[in-house]
Amino acid sequence: MRTLLLRELRLALTGGNAALPLIFFLLVATLFPFAVGPDAPLLARTGGGALWMAALLAALLPIDRLVEPDRAAGVLDQLAVRGIAEEEVALAKLLGHWLSFGPPLMLAALPAAALMKLPGEVLLRLELGLLAGTPGLAALSLIVAALTAGLRSTGALAGLLMLPLAVPLLIFGAAMTEPSGGAGAAKLLAAVSLLLVAIAPFAAGAAIRAGRD
Amino acid sequence: MSDAALLRFTEVTCERGGRMLFEGMSLSVAPGEALLVTGANGVGKSSLIRLAAGLLRPSGGSVERSGEAALVDEALALDAKQSVGAALGFWARLDGGDAAAAIEAMGLSHLADIPVRMLSTGQRKRAALARVVASEAPLWLLDEPANGLDAEGLERLAAAVAQHRAAGGAVLAASHQPLPIGEHGKLAL
Repeated sequence: MRTLLLRELRLALTGGNAALPLIFFLLVATLFPFAVGPDAPLLARTGGGALWMAALLAALLPIDRLVEPDRAAGVLDQLAVRGIAEEEVALAKLLGHWLSFGPPLMLAALPAAALMKLPGEVLLRLELGLLAGTPGLAALSLIVAALTAGLRSTGALAGLLMLPLAVPLLIFGAAMTEPSGGAGAAKLLAAVSLLLVAIAPFAAGAAIRAGRD
Repeated sequence: MSDAALLRFTEVTCERGGRMLFEGMSLSVAPGEALLVTGANGVGKSSLIRLAAGLLRPSGGSVERSGEAALVDEALALDAKQSVGAALGFWARLDGGDAAAAIEAMGLSHLADIPVRMLSTGQRKRAALARVVASEAPLWLLDEPANGLDAEGLERLAAAVAQHRAAGGAVLAASHQPLPIGEHGKLAL
């Protein structure tokens, strides 16, 4: 498991694509004030939700490199020949993916929040929301990546599959950043995220197995 | 059939994409033995290897394996950006084998620091064979192991197989061409 996880981290960090979702996230955060205008109270009110949208879309970007390269290169087959369960492979991928996606996104949220003129306490709730929600986003990315591995032109399909499933994360994550938002949204966000993380290794593992025949 | 067979097919039926490739196939491979599956393109040699590897489920009958297996097929399964040594080292860590010795055995020592993506076809095949050599699995499943190998590569393959069999290992190979794997059984599909 440790060997697998180290490999996932190395692939994520040396693949050259780990920065892509972050750049995308920051780009959206930069563009949003241009779109709605430099009205600070309006930005502060809508910025949290906009950043959650950006995080959601950023989570789509790594999907095509999560499972498909390993499937095409025969790595998944070689792991299966060694008797390593697909669920274990998926769990390693989930951990490796979140580590290269969640914490960097939380870091990128700092400058993004500054661009949105978010007050300090909203930023704190945004960060807590991202901490709770990004594992769920990573889990969704992995499930969709496993489902679409081996198909052609997966980009649009991945979006169509993932975005509806991510709606609860978006609703509760954005609700956490609202001035009145609080404990209720946080608990629901954590619950949804936990559910996705718990399902992901089994769903992705089954999808990898099914994709073999 | 001895009870000590490393691999045993019992009345195996294989169907792919609605097409029957073979049915009622029984075979066994015991320690020290080698079995070469021959046949034209598309008759199901690779499917038979994948059945043996557990990557396909038989439509009928049973496939039993008593021990680890190591597989060479057309997929390289080495990370293209890593050096040959590091990429094989990953699998050797999983298998508890010795990557350096296997790289030496396949004559790749001078390429150990070269990225995998720079390898030629024959060198890639050698690298895939080196993973099998390093695997320490008793059963080797070789799908077209000689493709792309030069004369020296074939000699190294022959030596590796001979050493593996002398140590009690078994080989199931599929190829459309003769293979230098010593005395072996034949199965024509």
